[in-house]
Formats: sequence, C-alpha cells, structure tokens
Amino acid sequence: MPQTLDYLKETASQTAGPYVHIGLAPGAAGFKLYETELGWDIAGAEAPGERIHVEGLVIDGTGAPVKDVLIEVWQADSLGIHAHPEDPRFAEVSPGFRGWGRVITDFATGLWGFDTVKPGPVPGRSGRVQAPHLNLWIVARGINIGLATRMYFPEEADLNASDPVLTLIEQEQRRSTLVATREAPGRYRFDIRLQGDGETVFLDV
Amino acid sequence: MTPAEYFQRDRSLHPPAYAPGYKTSVSRSPRQALLSIEQGYSEVTGPVFGHADFGPLDNDLIKNYAHSGDPIGERIIVHGRVVDENGRPVPRTLVEIWQANASGRYRHKKDTYLAPIDPNFGGCGRTLTDENGYYYFRTVKPGAYPWRNYVNSWRPAHIHVSVFGSSFSQRLITQMYFEGDPLIRTCPIVNTIPDKAAIDRLIAALDVNAAIPFDCLAYKFDIVLRGRRSTLFENRLAGN
Repeated sequence: MPQTLDYLKETASQTAGPYVHIGLAPGAAGFKLYETELGWDIAGAEAPGERIHVEGLVIDGTGAPVKDVLIEVWQADSLGIHAHPEDPRFAEVSPGFRGWGRVITDFATGLWGFDTVKPGPVPGRSGRVQAPHLNLWIVARGINIGLATRMYFPEEADLNASDPVLTLIEQEQRRSTLVATREAPGRYRFDIRLQGDGETVFLDV
Repeated sequence: MTPAEYFQRDRSLHPPAYAPGYKTSVSRSPRQALLSIEQGYSEVTGPVFGHADFGPLDNDLIKNYAHSGDPIGERIIVHGRVVDENGRPVPRTLVEIWQANASGRYRHKKDTYLAPIDPNFGGCGRTLTDENGYYYFRTVKPGAYPWRNYVNSWRPAHIHVSVFGSSFSQRLITQMYFEGDPLIRTCPIVNTIPDKAAIDRLIAALDVNAAIPFDCLAYKFDIVLRGRRSTLFENRLAGN
C-alpha cells in the first residue's frame, strides 16, 4: 500500500436558488439591511481609463431570458493590474479600484447591466498577453455550480486573435460567443446563452 | 513568474450542470464541455475585503433586522472554519449566508409561501474569517418549505453559504443542511450531487460544545475550498 494522500475534499456546490438576492443583494430583494451593500461599485470614481457600460441578457435553452440570475465581475484596471496582492504591479493599481462587483437582472425583463472601466491587457503565463477581458461568474436557480466565462472587446481584434483563451476554443465560430457587441462608444452588449444554438463558451478555470 | 495555480476542481464531487431530477437545471445547463484553461492572473487573484466593509451586526441574524424584538425560532450559532484542500486556513475571506425564517418563508418579494414573514428577521448575514479561517454567525434555524419541482417537494432546512477564498477560482456557493433532517435524503437539489460522502459533508453537525447554556444551540459547518500547488515550477504546455 502506498502512503495515503491527506488532501481534504472541496465542499460541493449547490445552486444559489431563487432567493440569492436576499443574501448577496438584499436591496434588490426588497429590503435594506446592510449599511453598504458589496459589489455595486466595481471601479470606483477615481480610477483612470475609459468608462464603459455593459449590459445583456442571460438566455436559457428555450430562448427565454433568465430573470433571477446574479452575475459577478472580476477584472483588471485600465493598466491590466488586479487589485490583489499577488499581482506583481499591485502597488500601482488605480486608486479606489476594487475590480469586483455583482449585478442582478431586472425581474421583469431579465436585463442586467453594470458600469466599470475598460480593463487593460493582462500579462499571461509563458509571456502570452491576454486581451482585455472581464471575468464573469453566473449563478441562479437551476445552475448547480457557478458558470465562469469571459467577455472580450470587439475593437481589440488583434489582441483577441492571439489571446490564449480565445485561441484555445477549437471551434472557431464559438469564439465570438465571448466577444461583446459595441453598440455605441463605451456601450457594450453581451448576451450569455446557457444552452443550445450559440451556447456561450464556459470555462473550467 | 505567475503565482502558483489552484488544484484542478474535482467535478465528480460537484453536481453536474444537467441534473434532470432538479427540473430547473434542464434548460439552464450548458451542453458543451467546459473549456479548461491555464490559470493566469485573472484566476489566481480575487477581490479583497476588509473590516471597513462590514457593520457590527452583520453576522448576527438575530439582531441585524430586529425591530420590535428578536425573531421567532430556535436560536443557533453556525460556526466553522474555511480551509483549503491542503488543510490550510483561508483567512480574511468573505462568508455570506442567507436563509428562510423559522417558518420556512424568505423575506423576498418573489416568495409567496403562505407561512408568515417574521417582522424581526431579515435572513442574511456576512462576515470575514479570522486569521485561522474561523467564522461564526448567530441566527434562528430555518424551516422547511415547499417548492415547485414535483407536486409535493419540500426543501430540507438549509442555509445558503457563499465563500470567496483567496482567488476568484475558489469562488463557491453551497447550502448547509442540519444533522438529522429526514428531508435531506429525498431532496432533488441535494441529490444533484453524485457523491454520497460529498452530500454528507454539507450536513452540519450539532455541536453542543459550542452551544451557550440557556441561550442557543450550535451547529458546526466547515468549508473546504480548492487547494493550491506549493511547487513553483512553471508549466510548459505543448505549443507554448
């Protein structure tokens, strides 16, 4: 018998359920409890860079908008720095920039949206630059384990063409599922399709 | 050098996206395989929270929405540690919980169950783990409630738990159940998890040692997040 590996096992995921708003965005559930809710301000007021608005729908396998979804965003600042001590340029991160936020949908329409700054390119492993992107994490009733994906920017065609994640997608026509549409300067549309035609590429990070 | 990666997630211990016994998952589950990517800065970093983000009652659900008195229900402490698969504590990480009240009703505009709202119970709390990964909440034990899955489906008493960890790749939402609840075994949401032992790890144990005499009982719920490599040799994947 070999030695026993004594690793612990990761706690299993369970759906966030229909009332996720109570826990993570109680104001949206219809009551005020916390002095400050977390995650409504992704970039802070002082961070330099292009101010952008991103909105979209999460669409289920029948084509209907998912109206009870919660999406979290994690991103670098306009220089590609993450507000985390393990980023080697952490000391230079934009003032007041947290880079994380969460948003819920309009209960009637399913539309979600948030304001932030456009991230810069992020250094990757093996010297490969990652094109500017937002990391998204989606939970809802019926989603058993949070779905990770990324949103890229259509005007970054050159960087997108060499991005290590986009180029890893074998079926080239699926790469566009991770690229937003630019509807106006600073305004992006990003629909996420959970299933079926045009299914968004989801990531195992 | 990019920081060390987190262990690959053992998906056999997690529910699959498509779990038809839980009907809502049928139309909300991706059918294509997930794309496995190398972890870069986006994955090994994550949001950092500090005590300035919190109010003094944020982890006390008995008091944080009390208007005319304490909420009705069995008073309990829920406590435990957040550690990683290496057994190392995860310090200063955000833990958020939400739950129904003692009669099984959520304070949510979408919950229409006939059981009453408790005017003194909000149903959410949040805290940071300490240096040892320890956290605690005070609350009331939630009630079971009916839901639309089969004609007569009831959720076991549970508390939703959201944890961040040190990086966004450790992000986890789960549900904590209570020792001895006969509804756990038949719950379609519990049973999305294919591994019996993984289900058992979601069941908090009654912890009399942590109970406070003539005040409240206690349940212990430890949470394990993905571990991390300690060797720092860089990967060299084919093609790079």
